[in-house]
Amino acid sequence: MLKELATRLKQGHRTISFPKGNPPPLPDRLRGLPQIDWTRCDKNCSACAAVCPVSAIDPEQHRIDLGACLFCTDCTEACPTGAITFTQDYRLAVRHRKDLVLDEKQKELELAEALDKKMKQLFGRSLKLRQVSAGGCNACEADVNVLTTIGWDLGRFGINYVASPRHADGIIVTGPISKNMELALKKTYDAVPEPKIVIAVGSCPITGGPYRHHPEVVGSLDSIVPVDLYIPGCPPHPLTILDGLLRLLGRIEKQR
Amino acid sequence: MKELSNGQSIALADIPFYTYSAFTDAIITAVAKGRRINAFFGMPQGNAVEVFVILSDDDRGRLFVGRSVLEGDSFPSITSQCPQMHLFERELAEQFGLKAEGHPWFKPVRYTPSFTGKDAWDRPKGEPILPAVGDFYKVEGEQIHEVAVGPVHAGVIEPGHFRFQCYGEEVYHLEIALGFQHRGVERALIGGPNQRTIHYMETLAGDTTVGHTTSYSQIIEALTDQEASPRAQALRGIALELERLANHIGDMGALSGDVGFLPTMSFCGRIRGEVLNMTALLCGNRFGRGLITPRGTGFDMDADRTAELLKRLAINERDALDAINLLWDNQSVMARFEDTGPLQQEQARDLGIVGPAARATGLVRDVRFTHPAGIYRFAQIPVATYSSGDVFARAYVRFMEIQRSFAFIRDQVQNLPGHIDEPAVAGKAGPASGKAQLPSLKPKQLAAALNEGWRGEICHVAITDDTGHFARYKVVDPSFHNWTALAMVLRNQEISDFPLCNKSFNLSYCGHDL
Repeated sequence: MLKELATRLKQGHRTISFPKGNPPPLPDRLRGLPQIDWTRCDKNCSACAAVCPVSAIDPEQHRIDLGACLFCTDCTEACPTGAITFTQDYRLAVRHRKDLVLDEKQKELELAEALDKKMKQLFGRSLKLRQVSAGGCNACEADVNVLTTIGWDLGRFGINYVASPRHADGIIVTGPISKNMELALKKTYDAVPEPKIVIAVGSCPITGGPYRHHPEVVGSLDSIVPVDLYIPGCPPHPLTILDGLLRLLGRIEKQR
Repeated sequence: MKELSNGQSIALADIPFYTYSAFTDAIITAVAKGRRINAFFGMPQGNAVEVFVILSDDDRGRLFVGRSVLEGDSFPSITSQCPQMHLFERELAEQFGLKAEGHPWFKPVRYTPSFTGKDAWDRPKGEPILPAVGDFYKVEGEQIHEVAVGPVHAGVIEPGHFRFQCYGEEVYHLEIALGFQHRGVERALIGGPNQRTIHYMETLAGDTTVGHTTSYSQIIEALTDQEASPRAQALRGIALELERLANHIGDMGALSGDVGFLPTMSFCGRIRGEVLNMTALLCGNRFGRGLITPRGTGFDMDADRTAELLKRLAINERDALDAINLLWDNQSVMARFEDTGPLQQEQARDLGIVGPAARATGLVRDVRFTHPAGIYRFAQIPVATYSSGDVFARAYVRFMEIQRSFAFIRDQVQNLPGHIDEPAVAGKAGPASGKAQLPSLKPKQLAAALNEGWRGEICHVAITDDTGHFARYKVVDPSFHNWTALAMVLRNQEISDFPLCNKSFNLSYCGHDL
């Protein structure tokens, strides 16, 4: 017992102060929100599209789909004019699928708005989620899970992952929805009592990720159930996921 | 059979052809002599199926390859003489629609249509194949009851289906049905490499990104007669050991959580994240995405990064060992770990078990030692073994490996070959970065690469066609070997010990299901 206490003292208090305080330091090589200077882009060059593994970028239309992007930077290296950079901005969560598409008209990401008043009243201080992995590679799953550790302490926001959909207010889905998981996913969704929330984490449940257009996967969660929050990335950083969840619950001011 | 070494490629023409009966006889004899089956797979060849086997001699550090051809709709199973073959034969049957005649438990592996349109179970064409639907092994008797769990589990975990036959609390038999995570990777790899190939490798099993991309890089290097620089090899080793550390430390926390010992669970959960952050320090991504590329690494080290990494290594090592050491002194933890889910060494040998699960039975099975490639040819890590084969042994082997990985990383970071501020790394040029730079692979070759991931042996085999593209790319994740061990150890255990036993193996669903 004494040894446990001594170790507890040595390990110290480790929970981050975000969102009250600053976010934890991010790696300097983090690949966050991409920024494209289309004025430097030659319409006849398609070097970025040629290397993009998932056709996320369209140089003719000057458009990038963050719902597909794997944040791999293959396009950055291919671009002859250096028009594409990946910034340190970790905030990527949005409420609508179309908000993930950036072009010359929509240059800024429309970050997720809070739930409406009634839903916020219901879930704002207590949100129980059932996690469903449907073809996920265990990277998004791991970074969804890491939020429950003492460093992030998701429980302090009233958000918990629960063992049964019957106990849940919504589902948080990872993976490209393998055909072999489609039915189980639908049944899990149906088992959650109304009203409910659906959250897609990672590029997989948004567009199929690296498995885009494979016949073995469904490739988009919103073709099966309505989605309330999209958190892109491959996988998104835990801070990106936390930021998205807190925005949905109205715990982070919109433009912060 | 033709001999080759880890990470080598040979001309297809040099691989001897056997009749199928001579082929299987050769496999049975080799396995009886102590060789292991690393891979066994088919490749479409007109209307026939060409079948390849990779066997390893761990004592001599050599691999052996042989092949045969199957025509018709079936092949004779040798599983009853050679249990290591059981899942490989089922996979061959499923992928090519061939019946494994005489297989003692002939069921699909991933519940997906075959590559060829034929079906080994004569399921009607066009009807959906439902996962885990079919007969399960059943124990009968008045007081026997069945427990079915999954695919959606209680925790944040991938899907799989577990069917227990129980007498009271005691499990008589467990059958595991997987395939829920199947996303068609091996089918999609044919015709590559292309701009997506490396991303498949990075997500075969997302927690083993470094392990799988390292094996893939070895394959491409073998097929282009190139080698990564010594500095890149060292960086790959550092990344692979960081991956091992993160997962082993996470497992130690999860094991303590499953026996209700919360201090180590909380500490290790956090420290695991800190180790992932060390990988992110190298490449910006906590799982090592973009770090390992054929012919090099995607990122280099610099002086500041080296200093920072060394600083964090010291802190995390101290915290991790403090947290884990609490376990060994706690009697209630030890009472739950010891004698739970024991795997006998003989079972491990018969079933071809790999990684910490095999080493926990006393088998010296570690690719870094038996078939070293890359940096492991120059820097050896002692093989950690234990003899009791139970949950305790699997935990203790991890504990020893955690200490050795910390020491290895520190040593490598301090002695990185090449000048510290001088980029000695090949950069991202490789099949990853687009068509323009796609190297041409040697045509009509077979290359095999083994690598010791944190779960155990990762085996990749590539065969190129006459234009230098993949005619077949086989991936064998360690989980493919080891799921059966979990089913075996559950026999005569309390069903309440399943989570603990499961965690002590911590196998991959997506790595198995591909």
